[in-house]
Amino acid sequence: MTKNLRVKTSRFIDETYKVSFKFNGTTYYGYKGDTLASALLANNVHLVGRSFKYHRPRGIMTAGSEEPNAIVQLHKNTSRTEPNVRATEIEIYEGLEASSQNCWPSVNFDIGGINNFLSPILPAGFYYKTFMWPASFWEKYEYFIRKSAGLGKSPKEPDPDIYEHKYIHCDVLVIGAGISGVMAAKSSAKNGYKTLLVDEKPYLGGSTIYQNSEHFKINNQISSSWLEKEINEIKKIKNLEIKTRTSVAAFHGYNFLLARENLTDHLPLEQRNNKTRHRLLKIRAKKVITATGSLERPLIFNNNDRPGILLSSAIEKYANLYGVACGEKNVLFTNNDSAYETAISLNQKGINIEAIIDNREEIDSKLINEIEKNNIKIHKGYTIVDTFGYKRINKVSIMKLSKDGQKVIGSKTSIDCDCLGISGGWTPAVHLFTQSGGKLKFRDEDQVFIPNIYPSNQISIGSCNGEFTLDEILLTIPKTLKEFLNLKDIDFEDLEIESSFNKSKRNIWLLPSDKVIGKTKPFIDYQNDATAKDIKLALREGFRSIEHVKRYTTTGMGTDQGKLGNMHALGIISETVGSKMGELGTTTFRPPYTPLTFGTIVGRNVGEYFDIFRKTPIHDWHVQNKAEFENVGQWKRAWYYPKDGENMHDAVQRESKAARDSAGILDASTLGKIDIQGTDASEFLNRVYTNAWSKLAIGKCRYGLMLNEDGMVYDDGVTTRLDENHYIMTTTTGGAATVLGKLEDYLQTEWPELDVYLTSVTDHYATVSVCGPNSKKIVSQVIPDLDFSDESFPHMSFKNAKIGKIKCRVMRISFTGEHSYEINIQANYGKSVWEKCMEVGKEFKITPYGTETMHLLRAEKGFIIVGQDTDATMTPIDLQMDWIVSKKKYDFIGKRSLYRSDTIREDRKQLVGLLTENPDEILEEGAQIVADIKKSPVEMLGHVTSSYYSPNLKKSIALGVVKGGKNMMGQKLIIPMEDKQISVTVADPVFLDKENKRLNA
Amino acid sequence: MFVINCPYCGEREQSEFKAGGEAHIVRPKQPTELSDDQWAEYLFMRKNIKGIQFERWVHTHGCRKWFNVVRDTSNDMIKAVYKMGEKPPTK
Ligand SMILES: [Zn+2]
Repeated sequence: MTKNLRVKTSRFIDETYKVSFKFNGTTYYGYKGDTLASALLANNVHLVGRSFKYHRPRGIMTAGSEEPNAIVQLHKNTSRTEPNVRATEIEIYEGLEASSQNCWPSVNFDIGGINNFLSPILPAGFYYKTFMWPASFWEKYEYFIRKSAGLGKSPKEPDPDIYEHKYIHCDVLVIGAGISGVMAAKSSAKNGYKTLLVDEKPYLGGSTIYQNSEHFKINNQISSSWLEKEINEIKKIKNLEIKTRTSVAAFHGYNFLLARENLTDHLPLEQRNNKTRHRLLKIRAKKVITATGSLERPLIFNNNDRPGILLSSAIEKYANLYGVACGEKNVLFTNNDSAYETAISLNQKGINIEAIIDNREEIDSKLINEIEKNNIKIHKGYTIVDTFGYKRINKVSIMKLSKDGQKVIGSKTSIDCDCLGISGGWTPAVHLFTQSGGKLKFRDEDQVFIPNIYPSNQISIGSCNGEFTLDEILLTIPKTLKEFLNLKDIDFEDLEIESSFNKSKRNIWLLPSDKVIGKTKPFIDYQNDATAKDIKLALREGFRSIEHVKRYTTTGMGTDQGKLGNMHALGIISETVGSKMGELGTTTFRPPYTPLTFGTIVGRNVGEYFDIFRKTPIHDWHVQNKAEFENVGQWKRAWYYPKDGENMHDAVQRESKAARDSAGILDASTLGKIDIQGTDASEFLNRVYTNAWSKLAIGKCRYGLMLNEDGMVYDDGVTTRLDENHYIMTTTTGGAATVLGKLEDYLQTEWPELDVYLTSVTDHYATVSVCGPNSKKIVSQVIPDLDFSDESFPHMSFKNAKIGKIKCRVMRISFTGEHSYEINIQANYGKSVWEKCMEVGKEFKITPYGTETMHLLRAEKGFIIVGQDTDATMTPIDLQMDWIVSKKKYDFIGKRSLYRSDTIREDRKQLVGLLTENPDEILEEGAQIVADIKKSPVEMLGHVTSSYYSPNLKKSIALGVVKGGKNMMGQKLIIPMEDKQISVTVADPVFLDKENKRLNA
Repeated sequence: MFVINCPYCGEREQSEFKAGGEAHIVRPKQPTELSDDQWAEYLFMRKNIKGIQFERWVHTHGCRKWFNVVRDTSNDMIKAVYKMGEKPPTK
């Protein structure tokens, strides 16, 4: 079976450099410069995988990134394993190991192949129709579907490779380094534009570079020689950067593009360590020139998917570029002149051609004449009606096409072959253009979509713009470039061109067969096994929109996004429903053009760099003292401090008791702090808080509630008047940035007349909060010069003070209900102040507590936490906080919304306390609350928002929101759980110290 | 991703900015005198135009200034930017 099909030295292949690699466990040899596909073909291996639905044997079909079939898994069961790699793109290296995916147990014996025989019962939408019913069976179906289908396996170990992101700004970006791209890059760079030229392949020159035909000449040189000289020249231009192995993944608005530069995938594994594997380039270009070329179309006929069937242009590329014959008995099947270029190349290299089948009846061109001179049989006006051979094509049968091309006539003849090249003409690669928002137009004469309206400063040139012949390309481009780049002169104006290509084409989207369509398999989407039959079925079932047909039949939904067959799908739909191609539109091509690895997308943002995290100035102390941390926004906050193997519950119980019995200390540095200054500062606070601020004396603190304009609670915190026109506002930890943003919004856009300045000072101060009956004794030792008497320094007031020489602000405010002080000091002194408090607090057994204990302590007092007890549907009235809503103020943000018909409803969800019948039963936060469990459906009245076991009250306490809860005091409700029903009583949300005696204890 | 020409800083990447919805919706001077319907009109009703739209943007990761943008929502082209308080361009 193994044969050497290497035909002739190619200058792109280094035959002195032998490379060994493994495919499905067998060792093969190739040469440096080979792709996995070319090396396999040189070893006569065509069968590389199984199709997705029917598990039909599939072979290499193309020689580029559009490959639908030859997708393999690299280095199975290692950390570097990668699924869905196109064998036509991966360059071989010593030690490469690839395996077929999508077949089980092996590519040669695939159990799913039975689907092929069952295919009459596996039509379009089969999965939707069958496996979805009954719903409860899905799990069972899924197991088998996933096992026998599925596209490759994702790695299970961490990725050892390095990825990075890079920003590039350039004047002109040229995408594609074929003949058009090279001409564009040269013209642009030589005229002083900073230019970037990228191409997905490892070499420059596109498909012209391996042309070796007397029929295509530029200035009397064979086109490839001419181009090679141009390429050598552009490599010397200073302001031109050239990146090969770089594939543009996405073309966004405003000429913002993402490209993946592949740096190590072609190297042996041991040479990759410590090197960047992929670089994601974020390119912002003033102008973009798209020269992405075109993709050859397949032809759609019965059994057009067997291994050994390739695009005709791929066969030419394998012969010319890699020196590989794809078969020994080649047949070409075409509707245009391209296949004759392939034929001439094969002939030149001595590769046998059995016959050419051409849909066209009357044809005449230099290329065809040359083939006829070489006595190669051309079947004019014929079509293939069937192919044979299970794991490799061995025969085609052909028949004559009727005049209208809708039927076959006459008798059937067979031609033996081991390789079939097909060419259905060319489709401009407009994917990137449409991604950028460009609008296409349909050109009737050769049935292609070409760029029409450009959404940004960009142009498409060459065959991606529908210019397919060499003379067309070379004559249009100089003019186009001159205009687009505002150039005076251009090198390419007086080129002499010789091109023998004849543009005639006989386009038949679905070629007829002697069998009825129901008995045929004309594949349109090879990767997803969608056939013309499926599309017709979808249309019969009433689907009309191309987007719906696509989803129902899965046409174009594989990893190749249907690059080969989408046009045929459109063609068949428009023929069947009788509309014009241009009117039907196309499906949307979405980024990425070819798949990107997750590594490339995340770049260096992995592990500890995955997200930013913020640490308080006291963070190190918490770490040293074994705190567990919780994430609050981007902050790492000390959660609790477990001692001697305590669990969270035990630690929190101990901390909570200590804080009320003697003294506790909390790092409150994460609270948002906004410095507010200006002659209108008081008026501003009046407008943004629900309560009144004008009369707050200097040196006093006040709690404020902030609403959205819709009346819902947005944030809360204590604000202190430092001076006549100077306040410091605190916000919740998570709300700091959005509160500042909202305040700036109102200041700048609604009340620009107010003289107020806002500055975020969150990171500038550390905040140490000491609470408990012994807090005064501790803080007064830390700041001995300050008068701590209740008369001079009462609750809700503030003092400027000094610790040593360092200024600080001390607030007597409390979020626990205890007598407590907050010391705010320049951030870098925070840790030493904390340590000082710990030191002098030793005799009072001062206990550091974290956010969990803070939440418990405030819940005992019924203080809300915005975002936990509220969820943007709670007004202050719903929270039973009517006391904080000023009746006198004419206006504040959200005031008018507090008496909309909806906000005054009596049966809104309202905040209440909940006490369990069994004092040891702790409710689950988020649990539903109901009144009548027997009524069906059960009416949900609300849910539990906060729940703790209070060590100070020695019972379970909870807060919750309940419909009409305000008027349900003392009423019994039910919390239904999976295994039981918990009975609760609606209570006052303030559980401890209703008279606030402890504040002055 | 757009490039937005901040009237204070110049051209910057869109990632530095945040959109703030429709522009030129003035907060009523006397909300308490409005009916529920009138207040709802201010509070909830926003246009969603295909074509030229006037909108507010803020240079969050820059000068923190709010300003207005005229954008064609059909192709995301920004036709003009102007400061808060300035009149929208007529053409
Ligand atoms: Zn700015």
